[in-house]
Amino acid sequence: MPDTLPGSLRAYLHGLPGVDEVGVRRRAADLATRSVKTRAKRSAIDLAIRMVDLTTLEGADTPGKVRALAAKAVRPDPADPTAPSVAALCVYPDMVATAARALAGTGVGLASVATGFPAGRTSLEVKLSDTRAAVAAGATEIDMVIDRGAFLAGDYRKVFDEIVAVKESCGDAHLKVILETGELVTYDNVRRASWLALRAGADFIKTSTGKVAPAATLPVTLVMLEAVRDYRAATGRQVGVKPAGGIRTTKDAIRYLVLVKEIAGDDWLDPAWFRLGASTLLNDLLMQRTKLTTGHYSGPDYYTID
Amino acid sequence: MEIFEYAPAPESRAIVSIRPSYDLFIDGEFVEAKSDERIVTVNPADEEPLAEVAAAGDADVERAFAAARRAYERVWSALPGAERGKYLFRIARIIQERARELAVLESLDNGKPIKETRDVDLPLVAAHFFYYAGWADKLAHAGTAGTRPLGVAAQVIPWNFPLLMLAWKVAPALATGNTVVLKPAETTPLTALAFAEICQEAGLPPGVVNIVTGAGDTGRAVVAHPEADKIAFTGSTEVGRQIARAVAGTDKRLTLELGGKGANIVYDDAAIDQAVEGIVTGIFFNQGHVCCAGSRLLVQESIAEELLERLRARISLLRLGDPLDKNTDIGAINSAAQLARIRELTLAGESEGATGWSPACPLPERGYWFPPTVFTGVTQAHRIAREEIFGPVLSVLTFRTPDEAVAKANNTPYGLSAGVWTEKGSLMLWTASRLRAGVVWSNTFNVFDPASPFGGYKESGYGREGGRHGLEAYLG
Repeated sequence: MPDTLPGSLRAYLHGLPGVDEVGVRRRAADLATRSVKTRAKRSAIDLAIRMVDLTTLEGADTPGKVRALAAKAVRPDPADPTAPSVAALCVYPDMVATAARALAGTGVGLASVATGFPAGRTSLEVKLSDTRAAVAAGATEIDMVIDRGAFLAGDYRKVFDEIVAVKESCGDAHLKVILETGELVTYDNVRRASWLALRAGADFIKTSTGKVAPAATLPVTLVMLEAVRDYRAATGRQVGVKPAGGIRTTKDAIRYLVLVKEIAGDDWLDPAWFRLGASTLLNDLLMQRTKLTTGHYSGPDYYTID
Repeated sequence: MEIFEYAPAPESRAIVSIRPSYDLFIDGEFVEAKSDERIVTVNPADEEPLAEVAAAGDADVERAFAAARRAYERVWSALPGAERGKYLFRIARIIQERARELAVLESLDNGKPIKETRDVDLPLVAAHFFYYAGWADKLAHAGTAGTRPLGVAAQVIPWNFPLLMLAWKVAPALATGNTVVLKPAETTPLTALAFAEICQEAGLPPGVVNIVTGAGDTGRAVVAHPEADKIAFTGSTEVGRQIARAVAGTDKRLTLELGGKGANIVYDDAAIDQAVEGIVTGIFFNQGHVCCAGSRLLVQESIAEELLERLRARISLLRLGDPLDKNTDIGAINSAAQLARIRELTLAGESEGATGWSPACPLPERGYWFPPTVFTGVTQAHRIAREEIFGPVLSVLTFRTPDEAVAKANNTPYGLSAGVWTEKGSLMLWTASRLRAGVVWSNTFNVFDPASPFGGYKESGYGREGGRHGLEAYLG
């Protein structure tokens, strides 16, 4: 349920403490030097695999492509059944029915982008029917985009009301709110948009669509993790965070886990509260996982290209 | 499923070879000391002896000054600036090449975490030599009163940043055409001796840099030597006073970089999470063994409670332990003597009525350790608000208005550093212009750059090191 907010959203959001850009970058860079080796690396890799939202969001997506990716989501490493499944598969709304059939009974979640992804430049009516259709077809999670134009124009109420409306049309599906931080640009905006989404009832806040550069970065994710930490302290409600886009290597993924651990805390070190939106990352995680087990790297041909 | 915890990630010490015993470095050679007194330097993290070094006596100091004088007159002062610069560039490059080895050695001898020696100390050491190498042939354009070297510089440095303080002293002295007799601190001589090897490797002419190890007596002999044209000292205010007295009435030039009790002022509109980081960096960086540490937190009363809650949560995440572990944030206290002083002052804090707090933080059994500590309920009258603790101990005071913040910040015999945290530019400038401190950091703390001058007001010393201003101290 959305919170009741004081009359002026502007006064509220602009009353949040500022974010010092130099300081937040420095903190993120400092945490990126954490050394994660041996058994710590092993547990981090398995956790990261379990947090992946395996994503395909292309104009060229076909039922065949989606089925193949679904199979990979369930059993990422055909050679090693101990490799865990990923958290969810993430597709466009028209692919949800296909994906739902492929994932039935596997326990892997099914996320659909919606609300006119990625630009969100469409009417509220279309956004809501987009959402309802995806849920009806079997999506258990909805990744919506906020109206960045309204946000940058200062029309916070419009952004807020839209999130509330989408949340309502989600039914039981979890709502991830994509801030598209690459278009919000400043860390102050990221903090304000985070709190706006939190107050409007988001179950997750997500950095990016993956269609705008820069996508997820460590400092942006750090600011969002601070927001969910502080929001829980203030309201008791825990909300998840999902960086998406540009996370390609095991080293990247582990740096995000370090951020989660040291900024939000161990409570967020769970696929229910932290996700990594990625596609190529999964194979690198699997390759590093095998390396830890066998002591050597095998070539890319040993990992499926789906 | 195993929870994600960091496994031990120790940096290997195999890259360093420490000799059991070291001689003095005089006239380009390691020479046996005439004094037969020796001192043992230990690893403060486990109290194991690392090496034995000579404690130079008067005769040894005499030899060092004779070598420095000879090198000054015959070689160094007459060398064109561009040629001096080449040696300094070469030294800087060798430091970069040997950075990992020097970082490990510094962590072993000092107790500070490898994260800091690797990411802060060593990059700054190299940067300092590069920076002053560039000035060596441009002294005529530096805007200083004089452009001639002074002669032989006697330099005594502390144990908190052993190699970095050496760089702050040696680089500008050499760039300006002076020669050097340097005494490293008695508990941290090893990186200075490694630097002596680097001077040899760089082919620096003999006698330009001389390094005499020892304790207080050696230091006194170095600064009192009649051949010293210039004295540069970094250390305690008490010793600084003794030196100033001894030099009074002579024509020797003197720079002193002494103690501090830096104020870190946090206004109610500050970027609160970054302010918390800045407070942590301000006092827990290098175990608080920092003369410019932000050891007094002045927080606006209206946000004090929230800020302290966040600060405690953040401090609870600091990882104290093995300095060579790459994930260690807080290392060992440098010596038993320093640990005793920190304990004495924190006990005084408790008995005077302040309230101490430390996170649940198991300390290793061997070695010198002190947990990060925050005192609240501190007033201007408490010893922990007035005296330099030089350890991981923060004193928290509150203020109501900007005027009160500035008045409290300046209400100290020291004046080395201060920090200001506000998102309001006009308040930042208003505050900074009223603080009587040599360095004022704006929305950050403990950030250093060779191009930036550093030094104090009042009992924090005089003269500036670093930057163009740092040349002035070595030119006449």
